[in-house]
Amino acid sequence: MPLLSKHLLGLEGMPKNDIQLILDTAESFREVLERPIKKVPPLQGKTIANMFFEGSTRTQLSFELAERRLSADVLGFQVSGSSVSKGESLKDTARNIEAMKVDMVVMRHWAAGAPHYLSKVIDANVVNAGDGAHEHPTQALLDMYTLKEKYGRIEGLHVCIVGDVLHSRVARSNIQGLKTMGARVSVCGPATMIPKELDRLGVEIYHHLDDVLQEVDVLNVLRLQLERDAGRFFPSIREYHNSYGITRERLEKAGRPITIMHPGPINRDVELSADVADGEHSVILQQVLNGVAVRMAVLYLLATGN
Amino acid sequence: MRVLKAVIMDAPAMERTVTRLSHEVIERNKGAGNIVIVGIRTRGEFLARRIAARIETVERIKIDIGFLDITLYRDDLLGKLEQPRMKGTDILFDISDRDVILTDDVLFTGRTIRAALDELIDLGRPKSIQLAVLIDRGHRQLPIKADYVGKNVPTALAESIRVHMKEVDGEDSILLMHPEGEGG
Repeated sequence: MPLLSKHLLGLEGMPKNDIQLILDTAESFREVLERPIKKVPPLQGKTIANMFFEGSTRTQLSFELAERRLSADVLGFQVSGSSVSKGESLKDTARNIEAMKVDMVVMRHWAAGAPHYLSKVIDANVVNAGDGAHEHPTQALLDMYTLKEKYGRIEGLHVCIVGDVLHSRVARSNIQGLKTMGARVSVCGPATMIPKELDRLGVEIYHHLDDVLQEVDVLNVLRLQLERDAGRFFPSIREYHNSYGITRERLEKAGRPITIMHPGPINRDVELSADVADGEHSVILQQVLNGVAVRMAVLYLLATGN
Repeated sequence: MRVLKAVIMDAPAMERTVTRLSHEVIERNKGAGNIVIVGIRTRGEFLARRIAARIETVERIKIDIGFLDITLYRDDLLGKLEQPRMKGTDILFDISDRDVILTDDVLFTGRTIRAALDELIDLGRPKSIQLAVLIDRGHRQLPIKADYVGKNVPTALAESIRVHMKEVDGEDSILLMHPEGEGG
């Protein structure tokens, strides 16, 4: 039962069976991560290039760990210090990587659609590790895996994505995946950060956090991307925190157990107060661990697909 | 299409075989105190469960059992037409310094056992690994042999052995199948 596609570019349009297969396979790899020797041989002899055209520490480390634990050979490729900064085009960079007989490319790029383009010009399997504000499929898959691990199901859960949805590829991929898997999905944030077309996808839109807290099972709290000039979309960080910051008092007022997720890295006491991030309902560190298992599953399924 | 050539074992014969294998394991290891049983999924799992149940009855001790999914250790994983679905390895105890009885339904080329040995070694350092199978059909491609054999069945390469077990197939039987149109 292979994946239907040769690449993992996004969760938009991905069939439910494919998502299910990835989540089921990840469970086997999750067990591998508990072993004394956390390395298995299925990708021996395969070479994977990690092309990160945009800074990312944890996603890159997570992919690299997943690749090494599958016994693949790993080529690291950072934009700083590479010829991309000398003006080489994406196509030429890709061709060169391919000339080195690379079997798979994991790519993070600041431009939406860059991995899709790459998948058309090279033979290798392409995995999107985040493209612009478009998609970040492995993050959404690991979020869904974490939910399945905690609740035993995804269907019927109410997940609210809080924060800067407009600029978030994590939000976009989560919305696509969660809708496919039958979850109830809502978003909550300032009007300037919520794309209007979301209601067409069947996503409920909230602007007041306390309203959604009454009925939600899970909050997936987005990082305020301060480095991307997010400040243009709300008056001040303090005001953002007052309106949308997740704090213990707020959660206690809601009076129900709400699972807290965050794709990291956290701006502590901006979108999430420190005691909530470290609190009993936080699954943030499980997300990190599950991320390795989910990425192992994706790489394994693509490599053995055909 | 494959046609039946012979019934190798029926349900009572399988039960007697499991009983004999269990007793051989106890005898060889002078008891079952240090034994753990690990079955290779799918049907090795049920052989492991049956042998463990038998030994528990005879020796009146609890036997640790675990299950191996050797998919990740296969040597034909890349380039296979059909992607195998993983069922997961499930060994909830430390195999180090234990006598591991590895079980599978049919011993054929030896490649599955090679994969299982590699995976076991990655899980710990057992005192010994012993192999128990229901059927040894010959045609080894690797230097591997079983310590406990239900029945040796000489076969032609084109033939196949079909093992049915109650737990997955609804009945117990072992059949020798022949490719259609090749006589026999």
